[in-house]
Amino acid sequence: MTRLEASSDGAANTLAGGPRRRGLIRPGGSRKPAAARPPAALLLPALIGLAFLLLPLIALLVRSPWRGLPELLTSAAVWQALRLSLVSATAATAVSLVLGVPLAWLLARTDFPGRGLVRALVTLPLVLPPVVGGVALLMALGRNGVVGRWLDAWFGITLPFTTAGVVVAEAFVAMPFLVISVEGTLRAADPRYEEAAATLGASRFTVFRRVTLPLIAPGIAAGAVLAWARALGEFGATITFAGNFPGRTQTMPLAVYLALQSDPEAAIALSLVLLVVSIAVLAGLRDRWMTTS
Amino acid sequence: MTADGPAEDGSPRTTAPGAAEGLDARLLVERGSFRLDVPLAAAPGEVVALLGPNGAGKTTALRALAGLAPLGGGHLRLDGESLERTPAESRPVGVVFQDYLLFPHLTALDNVAFGPRCQGVPKGEARARAAEWLDRMGLADRAGVKPRRLSGGQAQRVALARALAVRPRLLLLDEPLAALDARTRLEIRAQLRRHLAAFEAVAVLVTHDPLDAMVLADRLVVIEEGRVVQDGAPADIARHPRSDYIARLVGLNLYRGRAEGHTVRLDDGPAITTTEDLTGPAFVAFPPGAVTLHRDRPTGSSARNLWQCRVVGLESYGDRIRTDLTGELALAADLTTVAAAELGLHPGAPVWATVKAMQTHAYPA
Repeated sequence: MTRLEASSDGAANTLAGGPRRRGLIRPGGSRKPAAARPPAALLLPALIGLAFLLLPLIALLVRSPWRGLPELLTSAAVWQALRLSLVSATAATAVSLVLGVPLAWLLARTDFPGRGLVRALVTLPLVLPPVVGGVALLMALGRNGVVGRWLDAWFGITLPFTTAGVVVAEAFVAMPFLVISVEGTLRAADPRYEEAAATLGASRFTVFRRVTLPLIAPGIAAGAVLAWARALGEFGATITFAGNFPGRTQTMPLAVYLALQSDPEAAIALSLVLLVVSIAVLAGLRDRWMTTS
Repeated sequence: MTADGPAEDGSPRTTAPGAAEGLDARLLVERGSFRLDVPLAAAPGEVVALLGPNGAGKTTALRALAGLAPLGGGHLRLDGESLERTPAESRPVGVVFQDYLLFPHLTALDNVAFGPRCQGVPKGEARARAAEWLDRMGLADRAGVKPRRLSGGQAQRVALARALAVRPRLLLLDEPLAALDARTRLEIRAQLRRHLAAFEAVAVLVTHDPLDAMVLADRLVVIEEGRVVQDGAPADIARHPRSDYIARLVGLNLYRGRAEGHTVRLDDGPAITTTEDLTGPAFVAFPPGAVTLHRDRPTGSSARNLWQCRVVGLESYGDRIRTDLTGELALAADLTTVAAAELGLHPGAPVWATVKAMQTHAYPA
């Protein structure tokens, strides 16, 4: 199940802030290894690796200004950044759902020339440095961009350095997660249910709405959570395309980075909030989608 | 496809009287090296079983009828209406799939109501109609249950109700009993037979089980390697099989040869004495139970048919043992466990086989 694989990545990405795909988590279906002692040549690097991944998180907890925390977290600036982050990540997820689910359907259920290439391009934002994504978005949708010029001239719409721009940047980076997750679920879903629906008189769109969509709902939900988590942690594309204006485009990760220069304690407190959100997402994924069959 | 008359495309099947009513089709599907060419006709109220070994093309034929596989040629008319170009969702067809394919996210009731809803029936009425169908299937109390909590037999009946709820003029059933265990199967087969008997339009079912086919269908169409090898009433086919496959299915030894009076000389084997008086190409059949085995050449036997054979394999069926023999004539023989033990049968053992002429049956090929 690809979405499981992807979900572990998503959580890792949120924490590490980089779009890199990592290994698989196999929930439930644990194959029992032989009861022999693991050789030191494997055990030692494994433990170092574990420590490497956990130590920064522990350090964050150790250095947290626990006493001043309530005050730090209730400041207007923090709430502003947090609210903006939640709103824009949710909006980016909504955009990803509306556009990404049909795209995933197209990739999984139809055959057209160049489909492999299209899929590769869809997944490109997964591996593209987000800053590059931000520059590319500026070239496309900036005030002088290929499309942005017309948006401005015809509709008076300017995306860069607005909250809408934040949503665009986050959706650009997050949507591939959703598309990949949903496409994998679609491929795993039995297409014969759709045939059965067709023999009962359902049009192709009715089949999609009443059979396909409910069947892949868990995959869509997992993909949406992944996309949401990715959008929440988005930094590079956002700061490049939307800038860093408090209250308008300054999301949590941007606030963290900025605070680190002036007020490290506030940066730690903000990081703690994002860590809690990430853990909540991971826990939610595990309980709801990783263990259901 | 008006020019595509039955005479022109060479489909000789005329079993359905009055071509306007019922099903009149010639299914041509080509997939790689596999070629399906099956003429199929059925009158309203008739239940036709497509019987054949795995890979014969039965399911492909069914999918072509349902519109799920494109027809490469031929024609498909239902009550006089051409359906070749009609997409699956617009065909007046109901399908019961092999593993039922009940929508897992819908209750039994909503599964049955799905078809009527797609046909534009208002929700309340569709559900009322679905409830009626479930009631008819004896499943009124399971209406609110999701498919995964239905037993195999219940799921089969929900699938049948779902297919019938669209009021199809052609009902298709793909191995309707294959997914059931032996006990349930017996009961569901009887119920399915009742429902099919009550169904007034054409029903086509696909099965590899001769018993299912004979119990459920009025007529069998036997398909092998994409072609029809035999077509007729179940009893006729059982008595006069025309291929090895059917003969083995119905438990007969079957040979082809030339008849001269009471003797049929096999194409590549000995002659068999029969009671029928025939001339020309003929089939000879006899059941494995008609064969008697002897360790030594029988002397006092009145049997005219005597062959020297060798045991190839032994298989037990209930309290009987089916012996696979080769030698002068390849044949299957059934005997009791006791008899098999007395004869000391084992693979490779030499035996003499006799069959009385009275127990053979010859008919023109």
